Amino acid sequence: MAKIRRLILDVLKPHHPNVVELAGALSAQGADYAVTINVLEMDDKTETLEVVVEGSDIHFDRLVERITELGGSLHSIDEVVAIADDNDSQD
Amino acid sequence: MRWWPLQTITIRKIDQTAFHEQIILSRNLFFVTVIKDLRLFIRITSSQAIIRRYFVVNGFDGALTMLGLATGFRVGGEAALPLMISACVGAAVALGVSGVTSAYISESAERQKALKELEQAMAADLNHTAHGMAARLVPFLIALVNGLAPLVISLVIITPLWLVRFAVDLPWPALDTVIGLAFVVIFFLGTFLGRVSGEFWLWSGIRTVSIALVTAMIIVVVSH
Repeated sequence: MAKIRRLILDVLKPHHPNVVELAGALSAQGADYAVTINVLEMDDKTETLEVVVEGSDIHFDRLVERITELGGSLHSIDEVVAIADDNDSQD
Repeated sequence: MRWWPLQTITIRKIDQTAFHEQIILSRNLFFVTVIKDLRLFIRITSSQAIIRRYFVVNGFDGALTMLGLATGFRVGGEAALPLMISACVGAAVALGVSGVTSAYISESAERQKALKELEQAMAADLNHTAHGMAARLVPFLIALVNGLAPLVISLVIITPLWLVRFAVDLPWPALDTVIGLAFVVIFFLGTFLGRVSGEFWLWSGIRTVSIALVTAMIIVVVSH
């Protein structure tokens, strides 16, 4: 399996929990995750975010599950950086 | 770790000591997670202010009701102790049950409405998210606070009656102590409100005590 190093996600979420709480919740999914969130659009009850996650081995499913638990929904994956695992490259 | 909906915690049995340590750890983790999630639910529904308001409003109801009953008994000539205790406990339980049920029914309807509106905005089913869970749990929490506040405060205020019933000597007559205790509790509720609003706590306390004083005076006048 390749290791995901960087992800940019387009996420729609309600105003609560706020972006600080969301960033905290997402960064807690991995030991070395760095999460950057940019608010792209604010509506009456929702906001559209660009979520940038960086880490040595990002678990995409875990991130999406946490976003969904907190009431958000993933609209699209805008960017992915992945590197081949050592074991994979030997194969 | 997510505890809603039900999640099973699997524990690998290594040896007896490690097994028990694991259980304690999992249990601690479970309670920490539950408390963290409950705080999250309260935050995402912006319920802190409502819970605080219900605590003060219904706590004040309970304290004032006990003050009214005690003043009534005092002015009307002291009744038998068991009768006074029964009347006060009856009123406290009624306030508690009324608080729980009324708050649950109204808050539940409000939360479901808010959840539906949010689901429309998100174009998604939020039932299995923190918002869905909050819509089901927060009304229950608010109802508990709304019911327990008057019940607990009332039971605390009538403690002197219980003490006399169990043959404990008090420095003052039981009903006078109840009335005094009611004033003290009402003063503290006022200071709590003062701290919330950022007002000087003493003025806020004096204001609520003045309301209690006026209530007691009305009862005295009406009873005569």
